Amino acid sequence: MSDLTKSFVELVRRAATDLPADVETALREAQTREENGSAAAGALETILENVALARANSTPICQDTGTPIFYVYHPQGMSTRELRTQIEAGVAEATARAYLRPNAVDSLTGHNSGNNLGVGYPTLHFEEWDEDYLQVNLLLKGGGSENVGVQYKLPHPPLKAGRDLEGVRRVVLDAVNDAQGKGCAPGVLGIAIGSDRGYGYIHAKEQLFRPLDDVNPTPELARLEERLLHDCNELSIGPMGFGGQTTIFGVKIGAYHRLPACYFVSIAYNCWACRRWTMTVQNGKVEYR
Amino acid sequence: MTTYDLTIPVSEQEIRALHVGDTVYLSGVMTTGRDAAHKYLIENFIHTDSVPENERALYNELRRILHEGVIYHCGPVVQQDEEGEWRFVAAGPTTSIREEPYEADVITHFGMRGVIGKGGMGPGTLQACREQGAVYFHAMGGAASLIANAVKEVVDVHKKEEFGVPEAFWIIRVERFPVVVTMDTHGQSIHAEVKEKSQSALKRLVTDG
Repeated sequence: MSDLTKSFVELVRRAATDLPADVETALREAQTREENGSAAAGALETILENVALARANSTPICQDTGTPIFYVYHPQGMSTRELRTQIEAGVAEATARAYLRPNAVDSLTGHNSGNNLGVGYPTLHFEEWDEDYLQVNLLLKGGGSENVGVQYKLPHPPLKAGRDLEGVRRVVLDAVNDAQGKGCAPGVLGIAIGSDRGYGYIHAKEQLFRPLDDVNPTPELARLEERLLHDCNELSIGPMGFGGQTTIFGVKIGAYHRLPACYFVSIAYNCWACRRWTMTVQNGKVEYR
Repeated sequence: MTTYDLTIPVSEQEIRALHVGDTVYLSGVMTTGRDAAHKYLIENFIHTDSVPENERALYNELRRILHEGVIYHCGPVVQQDEEGEWRFVAAGPTTSIREEPYEADVITHFGMRGVIGKGGMGPGTLQACREQGAVYFHAMGGAASLIANAVKEVVDVHKKEEFGVPEAFWIIRVERFPVVVTMDTHGQSIHAEVKEKSQSALKRLVTDG
């Protein structure tokens, strides 16, 4: 297996410094909806200015470069042990080059490892797939938005939320209301219905990789995504929680099988800086998107 | 909504003239400080009978910087050049509400004029702002490269080894650091207003549904 360490450094650099085009477009559209001279319009203007500057200078869009979460899809026979070693080397190198802030803190001593490596850090998910190429999806998930993520179990009596899609709609709105501006609104929601507590969040974050303009292939989920996008914005929390038209600019939902006794709704809130990039490697050719 | 240029140290009169929605460009020397820093300030300097001997030098420096000064909730990305000089690469605000249990005491103890962060703070901080003559300055969350450009010099750093880079006290000199007042000395908070509105919208959305 060839050494992909340098390619992983580049993947991290892109994720940290170059906001994906669909996200930037959504923010531009959001700006046109805000009243001229309002705090919300000012916030979006600053955000867009910063996005351009970060891209031009190859500096982090946000100083909280987050938890690097890697979803690795590999063909049969590829060593995940070697991939792990190379990804870790890439992350450490990207930290040394200041694309990443050293973020891995020992939970017992409070000591920061200084290179973004630690126990269970960064987060790596491996899955063998049928394709003949390697695909690595990277999400840099900032702490402000991670802190406002939440998991509900239905039924949830305070909101009269039962075990159906209407119940899901209610708890998601509750989560967005609780988040206010603290998750760096406007945000994107990745939502998993079902699964267990652990995989619920893993799937919810996987949803964040979907392009903002895609349509959910499951019609009832597509309808729920559209409805929630509308309803979340009715909350008028707005950019940075200053009040305004755009609170959420993407809702992506997946449904997974669950235990009869359990009905979890796992909500991964992502800040406006939805830093997700994909790298593919086929016959030695590395591509990023 | 007015735009102001203020230089740190800021007078009480200047701060009391501000209202929520005002844009302010801050210049001067400030310190960063977030979770570990606030816990440290409280335990070593505020909820204590005597400041530990080995922390006294830092205490005196922080008293000088924070008196009529501001603390910035920020864990920066930094880079050190070959001469050992530090530079801020990315430096947006972190979520302030985690410091709510500490901030009112910190503001009062040090005689501060403001806090910079994002997401707003709670009633305890709002009350301290009113009594002490301080405001909450909201910086743009995620605008890290842009804000780093306003940081002209890293004057010093404290507790870097102990707390780690994001949590250290970075003493910085800034020029025209852009912020918006979202909590003022008159008891107004944009965060409380927006929350009240979204709360009633939520009620409507889950009743009609």
